[in-house]
Amino acid sequence: MTMTESNGTGYLRGCPESQDSQLTAHDRDEIFIAVEDLTYIYNHDKAGGHRALSGIDLAVKAGEFLVVAGPNGSGKSTLARHFNAMLKPSGGRVIVAGMDTMIPENAWEIRRRVGMVFQNPDNQIVSSLVEEDAAFGAENLGLPSEEVKKRVEETLRLIGLSQYAKHAPHLLSGGQKQKLAIAGVLVMRPSCLVLDEPTSMLDPAGRVELMETLIRLNRTMQVTVVLVTHFMEEAVLADRVVVLSDGRIAVSGSPARVFAEVELLAELGLKLPAALEIAHGLRKRGFSLPQEILTMDDILAYLKNN
Amino acid sequence: MSSIIEIDKLSHIYSPGTPFQVTSLDSISLDIKKGVFLAIIGSTGSGKSTLVRHFNGLLTPAAGNVRVCGIDTADKKQRRNLWRSVGLVFQQPEHQLFEETVFTDVAFGPRNMGLTEAEITERVHEALRLVGLDPLEAARMSPFCLSGGMRRRAAIAGVLALKPQVLILDEPTAGLDPQGKRQLMKHIEEFRRREGATIILVTHDMEEVALMAERVAVLNRGRLVMEGKPREIFSRAAELTAIGLDLPAPARLIRQLRLLGKPVRTDVLTTAEAEEEIARLLGETQC
Ligand SMILES: Nc1ncnc2c1ncn2[C@@H]1O[C@H](COP(=O)(O)OP(=O)(O)OP(=O)(O)O)[C@@H](O)[C@H]1O
Ligand SMILES: Nc1ncnc2c1ncn2[C@@H]1O[C@H](COP(=O)(O)OP(=O)(O)OP(=O)(O)O)[C@@H](O)[C@H]1O
Ligand SMILES: [Mg+2]
Ligand SMILES: [Mg+2]
Repeated sequence: MTMTESNGTGYLRGCPESQDSQLTAHDRDEIFIAVEDLTYIYNHDKAGGHRALSGIDLAVKAGEFLVVAGPNGSGKSTLARHFNAMLKPSGGRVIVAGMDTMIPENAWEIRRRVGMVFQNPDNQIVSSLVEEDAAFGAENLGLPSEEVKKRVEETLRLIGLSQYAKHAPHLLSGGQKQKLAIAGVLVMRPSCLVLDEPTSMLDPAGRVELMETLIRLNRTMQVTVVLVTHFMEEAVLADRVVVLSDGRIAVSGSPARVFAEVELLAELGLKLPAALEIAHGLRKRGFSLPQEILTMDDILAYLKNN
Repeated sequence: MSSIIEIDKLSHIYSPGTPFQVTSLDSISLDIKKGVFLAIIGSTGSGKSTLVRHFNGLLTPAAGNVRVCGIDTADKKQRRNLWRSVGLVFQQPEHQLFEETVFTDVAFGPRNMGLTEAEITERVHEALRLVGLDPLEAARMSPFCLSGGMRRRAAIAGVLALKPQVLILDEPTAGLDPQGKRQLMKHIEEFRRREGATIILVTHDMEEVALMAERVAVLNRGRLVMEGKPREIFSRAAELTAIGLDLPAPARLIRQLRLLGKPVRTDVLTTAEAEEEIARLLGETQC
């Protein structure tokens, strides 16, 4: 097996022994994205504009798995688009891997490190062939085309699109397009993945598989993951959850801490994960369940012994 | 009850005769009763969107036929009548927004129906309220200045404003926040009861199916593999997981409890039912 082959499957399978050259091993406490007093105003001019983010302070650690949640229009996509310098702060600053996103010369290096999956997969289609589309980002990084080809094959296989390699992306089904957008970013093997509602159109199996892939990349390859999602079942799997409301951070912390804010979440129109809803309901009926319960597996483990 | 959609041995092929030929629907037969709430589920690429696009004549059968409200959808002369009765919210409906403001966008359909200005305004405001958008504030905005979920809501409002007899929604709650999902589903159900409309919902959300649907049709690789009541369908767990689907999360939990030998009902679907079962279980062990 050649080096590139072992590297290739290494990233997707999450084998740490085959560390990819592009991934820098990082210290757990190193800050990868620093957001300081960030304000963003759309159509900012003398007449005013639309304030989408106000006074956001946030530090994403290298190797962290962060979920960003919040109601429609709360500013999640606006925040995410600051992480790869697609948007520049109206006030405050965003530092990615030590680079200020305001400085235009940093943009290329930031986008090499931070792979972004946008909310609308159609906006990401750039090519007329699925396999070319998946290769686009990596080719732009100047990687040798043999290497890119290998990665594309592996990634399309992992994600279940191999049979569509020669098809036209715009003719794919909704979920297939979403998978293609994810594949294109995985092929680049960035050290940080920012995904804006990547599972919104996937089937149940596809959703579970993507979460497993993200967790594997995060745990074994120390890939930093920022996941924007409306699925609270996905949020409980993160290291940390940030909830936005009206352009501000309403609450942030471990899933256990955030989901303990039952009333605040209800006020924001968010939902508890089904397991917590059940646990909460049982407590209301007078049963005392352990506070650590977050997932269905936790409920199952508790009931097994009781 | 009488059938409102009759599908007889429907097949569809994309790009026929090319190397990229895809048989997207394979001899599907299904009767959909008037006034029913039907959910269509199936894995990514199984043919759900292709199927529902046959219901308003956007696609026509390669073989077999589809009749909606008695109209053969392949009959081009009847297209206008068909469109008057059938409203389809596309999978990514935000692409259909093109007017300057959300108001004019939602008003587009009602205006084409020849309603008066007052009636149009009433319909637009009602539709916006149904999807949880502020009829005064959001209505003035350009669709392009909305967040993803808000744009989706605006697009759904555009079809609700038509008050169609048959309302087809292709993954309408994808991208909506939890409250938006819940409210949209509640309003759709109210609309069905009030207007006697037929609802066809394509979704990947099994909890939504369990809560809302009276009937469920399951597609796999272009074939109809199951049709029945939610409880019947979700009792076939192994078959569902084999084709990329799943049980609602609470149903999965209860099934696992059963596998551990706990005496629980097996036909639980919703969180409320799961809570009830576990309370019973804990109550029994605690006494
Ligand atoms: N291009 C734009 N021009 C003007 N305003 C915008 C634009 N994009 C978003 N906004 C506004 O900024 C706010 C935040 O939008 P954003 O897209 O970040 O929300 P979001 O949390 O991602 O919502 P969703 O869950 O619906 O995707 C909203 O009020 C929206 O109307
Ligand atoms: N216009 C088209 N041309 C060629 N093939 C197509 C076209 N539209 C869809 N297909 C193919 O037909 C099959 C069925 O697609 P369809 O969009 O109906 O799936 P779906 O069940 O709605 O999937 P999803 O859950 O991802 O939305 C897929 O394999 C898809 O790639
Ligand atoms: Mg968004
Ligand atoms: Mg579809």
